[in-house]
Amino acid sequence: MARNDGEAGMTLVVKTVTRLTVGLIFLYGIYIVLNGHLSPGGGFAGGVIIALSFINLFLAFGAKKTFEIIRKDAVTALESVGAVLFLGIALLGFIDGGFFSNFLPQGELFSLVSGGAIPLSNIAICIKVGAGIFGMFLALVAFRGSEREGK
Amino acid sequence: MIHSWLPYVLCILLFCVGVYAVLSKKNLIRIILGIVIADYAVNLFLILLCWKKGGEAPILQPGAMEQVMVDPLPQALVLTSIVIGLATTAFLVAIAMRLHERYGTYDITRIRELRG
Amino acid sequence: MIELYIVMALMIAGALAAVEMRNLLSAVIAVGVVGLGLSIVFLLLKAPEIALTQLVVEIVAVIILIRATLTLEDSGEWLGSRPLGSLLGALFAALTVWVGIVAFKSLPAFGDPLMLVSQRYLADAAADTGAANIVAAIILDYRAYDTLGEATVLFTAVVGVLTVMRRKGVKDHGEK
Repeated sequence: MARNDGEAGMTLVVKTVTRLTVGLIFLYGIYIVLNGHLSPGGGFAGGVIIALSFINLFLAFGAKKTFEIIRKDAVTALESVGAVLFLGIALLGFIDGGFFSNFLPQGELFSLVSGGAIPLSNIAICIKVGAGIFGMFLALVAFRGSEREGK
Repeated sequence: MIHSWLPYVLCILLFCVGVYAVLSKKNLIRIILGIVIADYAVNLFLILLCWKKGGEAPILQPGAMEQVMVDPLPQALVLTSIVIGLATTAFLVAIAMRLHERYGTYDITRIRELRG
Repeated sequence: MIELYIVMALMIAGALAAVEMRNLLSAVIAVGVVGLGLSIVFLLLKAPEIALTQLVVEIVAVIILIRATLTLEDSGEWLGSRPLGSLLGALFAALTVWVGIVAFKSLPAFGDPLMLVSQRYLADAAADTGAANIVAAIILDYRAYDTLGEATVLFTAVVGVLTVMRRKGVKDHGEK
C-alpha cells in the first residue's frame, strides 16, 4: 500500500477523489433509505451505503480524521439506538392493536409520505445496519493497528 | 424441457464448489471463501425459485397496477439473509485473525485445537 | 434466458478460480467476481432490491476479506489441499448434483412459481400498507418479525466481533 511519509491514509490522488465523492455517497444512502417504500432500496441497502461512505473516509484519510467526524463510542451506541428505535416502532403498534401493527395513517400511494410506519422502520433499520457494519469494520481494522504498535 | 431445471443445476454446482473448498483446503481464509460461495448459492436458489416468466419487479408503478409480477416473498427473505451473511463472514474473519495471532499460521492442520 | 446461463457459468468459473488459485489475494478478488455476477443475476431475475443490496454488501465483504488476507506477511502462502478431504469433497459434490437433478423434477418448473401466499400480498399490499414497494411492505409490515430476528442476529454478530477483537483482558500467548 502506497503511503506518504508520516501522514496517515493513502496518496493525494485518493484523498482528493474521496473528498469530492464521499458526500455524494452519503447523500445517495440517505436518498435510498427515504425512498425505500417507493423504489428499490430501503434500510438494508441504504445503511450499508452510509457505512461504505465512512469506510471510504477511513481508508483514505486514516483513523484520526474519521474519529473527528464520528467518535468510536458513538458507532456502537448508534447500533443500540437503531435496535431500540425499531423495537419502539414495533411496540407503538399496540396503539392500533398489536405488535408490529401499522399504526400511522397510510397516506397517498406513490407519495413520499405514505406507507404508515414503514419509512420510520426503514430509518431505524438503516441506523442499525450502518452502525453495525461500520463498527465491525472498525474492530477488524483497529485490531491490526494495535498489534503493530505493541511490537 | 431443459430450461425448466438447468438454472437449478448450475446453482447446485456453485454450492458444491463452496462445499468442496470447505472440505479440501488447508488455508483458513480459503475455507471462509468456500462458506461465502455456498452462502451466495443458497441465496441464488431462493431467488431462482421466485422468478415468474414475463413477470416484472414487485414494485408498483403509477398507471400500471395490474401487471404480472415475480414472487416478492423469497426476495424479502433473501434481503435479510444477505446482510446476515455479511455479519457472519465478518465474525468468521475475526475468529480467523485471532487464531492467526495465537498460532502464527492459517494452516488448519497445524492449529491443534481445531483438530476433530 | 441465454444471458442468465452465461453469467452463471462465469460465476462458477470465478468460484473455481477462488478455490484453486495459489495467491490468496487473487482468490478473494475472484470471490468478488462471483458476488458481482450474483448481483447481475438478481437484476436479470427482476429483483432490483436484492441486486442493490448484494452489490454494496459484496464491496464491504471484499474489503473485510482483503484486510484479513493482508494482515500478516505469510498469510498468502499456498497451503495445498488435504487428499482425503479432496476425495470426500468431490464425492459429496457428485452426490449432491445427482440428488439435485432427481429432486428438481418435483420442484415447480423454473419460471412458474406456486405463489400461494404471495398472490394475496401482491393483490392487497397497496391497500393494506400504502407502500408501492411490495418487498418493503413484506419485510417491514407483513413479516416484520423476520426483520426483528435479522436485527437480533446482526446485533449478536457485532457483539461477537467486538468481543473476539477486544484488546483488554486477553491472555498472553504463553499462558494457558
